[in-house]
Amino acid sequence: MEVLVFLLFILVLSIFLGFEVISKVPSLLHTPLMSGSNAISGITVVGAMIAAGLGEGNDLAAMLGGAAVGFAMINVMGGYFVTDRMLNMFKKKDK
Amino acid sequence: MGLESLLNIVYILSAITFILGFKLMSSPVSARRGNIISAVGMGAAIVATFLFPEVVRYQYIVIGMISGSAIGLLFAYRTPMTGMPQMVGLLNGFGGTASLLVAWAEFIAHPHQSYFGGGILWLTAIIGAVTFSGSMIAWAKLEERFISGKPIMYTGQRYVTMAVLAGIATLGVLFAMNTAAPEAAQFLGVVTILALLLGILLVIPIGGADMPVVICLLNSYSGMAACASGFIVQNNLLIVAGAIVGASGIILTLIMCKAMNRSIANVFLGGFGSGVQASGMEVVGEIKPVKADEAYLMLEAANSVVIVPGYGLAVSQAQHAVRELMEAMEKNGTEVRFAIHPVAGRMPGHMNVLLAEANISYDAMVEMDAVNPTMETVDVCMIIGANDVVNPAAQEDKASPLWGMPIIESHRARTVIVMKRSMGKGFAGVENPLFFRNNTRMLFGDAKASLQALVNEFKGGGA
Repeated sequence: MEVLVFLLFILVLSIFLGFEVISKVPSLLHTPLMSGSNAISGITVVGAMIAAGLGEGNDLAAMLGGAAVGFAMINVMGGYFVTDRMLNMFKKKDK
Repeated sequence: MGLESLLNIVYILSAITFILGFKLMSSPVSARRGNIISAVGMGAAIVATFLFPEVVRYQYIVIGMISGSAIGLLFAYRTPMTGMPQMVGLLNGFGGTASLLVAWAEFIAHPHQSYFGGGILWLTAIIGAVTFSGSMIAWAKLEERFISGKPIMYTGQRYVTMAVLAGIATLGVLFAMNTAAPEAAQFLGVVTILALLLGILLVIPIGGADMPVVICLLNSYSGMAACASGFIVQNNLLIVAGAIVGASGIILTLIMCKAMNRSIANVFLGGFGSGVQASGMEVVGEIKPVKADEAYLMLEAANSVVIVPGYGLAVSQAQHAVRELMEAMEKNGTEVRFAIHPVAGRMPGHMNVLLAEANISYDAMVEMDAVNPTMETVDVCMIIGANDVVNPAAQEDKASPLWGMPIIESHRARTVIVMKRSMGKGFAGVENPLFFRNNTRMLFGDAKASLQALVNEFKGGGA
């Protein structure tokens, strides 16, 4: 139970922090913001790796975990690289 | 200090890089650096997880890593900039899928769960499944593949949705009460199927041009799903990262709704633009079509030009042609700016990315609120494939469905040139009185072809 309260505490603080930080992103960059968010939501890969790597668990659980690793990695790689590709295009031209 | 504490410190550092990454996105100058810092943090978190003592089997992890990375890279480099809404839509769905699978894997590995543990498994499975199926429908609507972009309505829609919700809730209670019971797997299975159905039911009544809102909300859901799966594996990093993504999606959703002057509920009840809505105002005046040579003379004489791009620009892939026209006009001494409405295109910031792709400086892109006060001094306002976002009925006709929606006030410019395929109505199904005004000229045809014709006029000096 104590762990749970601690995790909820982290959750609430993170939500506030998220609103603070994200509201400063200009509308110019909202598309890269969304693809960047995709990359970060790929953090599920950490949970997926734990599920896929458990020794005592059964094979089905590990296989589902492995599939989850795959989907999360699509987000991580796809998200970061496409964001980089986009941000690289935003240039200020010298006049 | 044990290994596990050390690895947890790596997680904290990763969380910091994610926050820093978003913070650096507050300016286009630092945004790219922020993204790289965030990616390094992600890499560190993945390496740290490999080293966790509980992680002893590597074969499935490695298979997932390699195949997922390959597909992700393929997406990142093969998707054209016009296809960004679809790609983000798909990635939202994959994020949801990953969380759904984590919930199932955890349930199969550890069926003995507390009430709370059962509840969190249930919640993760629902959010994950809704995100997945909703995103697939959103993707199909954006691609206009398999289903049309139009809202799909049927009688009793709300009752069906409510029945599905009731089923998910009831089975959730039964599941969480005893996750170790033999029938628990069936309960969670039916919950998963119902949640997949719910995602479909929620998105089909929503029309194509409302997709920016849906994509933003699903973006938020994918973060919430990651956050919920963080509670399953009791991991801070998942909770922090998921919560920030969840908040980000919510902020964007609210911005989109505000820019359309509609509530989230109004968007999600759906059906907007499915029928022809009556407007209270009689449209007066007549259409004044022009050819490229006449439009050229107007642009050639202008000191200040504002271009309003819309979804039509993306459809006809005209971003490079518009850059050429911009260069020709600038060479002629004209100041050219792009006015971008928050809901122009199919996702927030879509137009900015397309223009940036065509090598247009971000200095030249201005937001609606910055351009409107200067509209009176604009000689020519050129509208390319936009309609509802420049409809003056939003300010003048209380009976219009668009009433109250913030618009780019192009009608206040000295001259308006509208590039349009035909006289079709905008997404809202509303007549646009702008096209009938005295200071408006219509340049009919494909946007790219029209822009090319204007560029040629400039090159030939109008001869």
